[in-house]
Amino acid sequence: MILIVIFMAGIVGYGSYVPSFRIKPDEIAKIWGEEAERIKKGLGIQEKSVPALDEDSATMAVEAAKNALAVAGISAKKLGAVYVGSESHPYAVKPTATMVAEALGATPDLMAADLEFACKAGTAGIQICMGLVSSNMVNYGLAIGTDTSQGRPGDALEYTAGAGAAAYIIGREKSQILAQIDATYSYTSDTPDFWRRPHAEFPTHGGRFTGVPAYFKHVMSATQGLFEKTNTRASDYDYFVFHQPNGKFPLEAAKKMGIDTAKLKQGLVTPVIGNTYSAASLIGLASVLDVAKAGERILVTSFGSGAGSDSFALSVTANIENRKNGVPLAHYVAQKEYLCYGLYVKHRKKLKSL
Amino acid sequence: MGVNMDESLAITWRRIPERYRLEGSECTKCKTSYFPTRKLCPACRRKGSIATKMFSGKGTIYSFSEIYAPPAGFELEAPYTIAIVQLEEGPKITAQIVAPHPQVKIGDSVEAVFRKIQEDGQEGLIHYGFKFRLVK
Repeated sequence: MILIVIFMAGIVGYGSYVPSFRIKPDEIAKIWGEEAERIKKGLGIQEKSVPALDEDSATMAVEAAKNALAVAGISAKKLGAVYVGSESHPYAVKPTATMVAEALGATPDLMAADLEFACKAGTAGIQICMGLVSSNMVNYGLAIGTDTSQGRPGDALEYTAGAGAAAYIIGREKSQILAQIDATYSYTSDTPDFWRRPHAEFPTHGGRFTGVPAYFKHVMSATQGLFEKTNTRASDYDYFVFHQPNGKFPLEAAKKMGIDTAKLKQGLVTPVIGNTYSAASLIGLASVLDVAKAGERILVTSFGSGAGSDSFALSVTANIENRKNGVPLAHYVAQKEYLCYGLYVKHRKKLKSL
Repeated sequence: MGVNMDESLAITWRRIPERYRLEGSECTKCKTSYFPTRKLCPACRRKGSIATKMFSGKGTIYSFSEIYAPPAGFELEAPYTIAIVQLEEGPKITAQIVAPHPQVKIGDSVEAVFRKIQEDGQEGLIHYGFKFRLVK
């Protein structure tokens, strides 16, 4: 099989972060008079992450980016670009990217901006960095997906909306690339499945409409488009990572495309940390890279409501065997402290007086 | 940390390197580290030479206190732990220990983390800075 290497860019560092607090669907279901078992089965979710009172999209982005720099073994001063993708930026106007770059020590010699595209702004950042790196405009670009996602009390989203961040450093030095990005393909349309208006605290979604015409249409079109573009098929890949709004959609999408669902297992982390929105597919990829071996191939497809999907074909290189320090995702998944619904309300400041 | 609601924007801005990434000073002559930043080495005086130094963020608990009666702006976080941390480079600094954490003991290893310190109400600035996390 011939694969055309389109981009001279790859992942030279990656890192993730998930806050330590968790809440189980049982706690939430108890409040709203729902059946916990039905929800756990229906959404394929065991628990979700909750940020600490002093955590937000900026602080989590810094944690993930520090891990990415540790894995890459490069100084923050070498970053030529920082893009932060989120739908929960701490400010409506004032960039998260500048705060993150400052905390890392990457300022002032760099370009930076915030991105928003529901759950896929992180992968959009990776594509921007690929362009900058492969055109020699920068040597290293940092793309981050980070979110403390909101769910309206009593809404189905409340069971899944989690918090987390993932950071990727894109570079072009062959000796540093842990995973070559062979190709990327995006599928985009105006699909009104989920939104949040200015000043609104919680998002609104289309219920069942978020499925077939939104998530499945875009994830499958992007994935199959990438297969076509790279002349590959499902059996050529060792791992698949799809955006994971819950524990079930990615598996259903795989089945519809004839992909062995066992290949999704390593990258499917929403059942234990919740949907981390802009970070979701990127945390899934971090989970795969934590165990991947040289020569293995990974296909990642994100999804952002509104709507679009970015698909990436990755080839893991021998450099992965020498990956340097950096906290693996498993560390964050294992560290947890459970909250009752009352404390969860306090953490997410859902009471009007907070 | 000394962050309070009426801190001027200029002061907040000037302290960003110190608060966000633990940037302090070092006298390149006697190799003494200082945090917060200094313009003059008190030991070497005019013979010294002060340079910017990025601290590693690693340290140990020198002393600590559990806060049950917090100052304004920290009510939601109480009870929380505040500690004097001895940085591995020498200086001692005061900061919060992030939740959740087991009972803190003197001598415990800690590492600096970037967290939200305080918000100036609903529409004001969000202040960020260092806190410390226990390391097992």
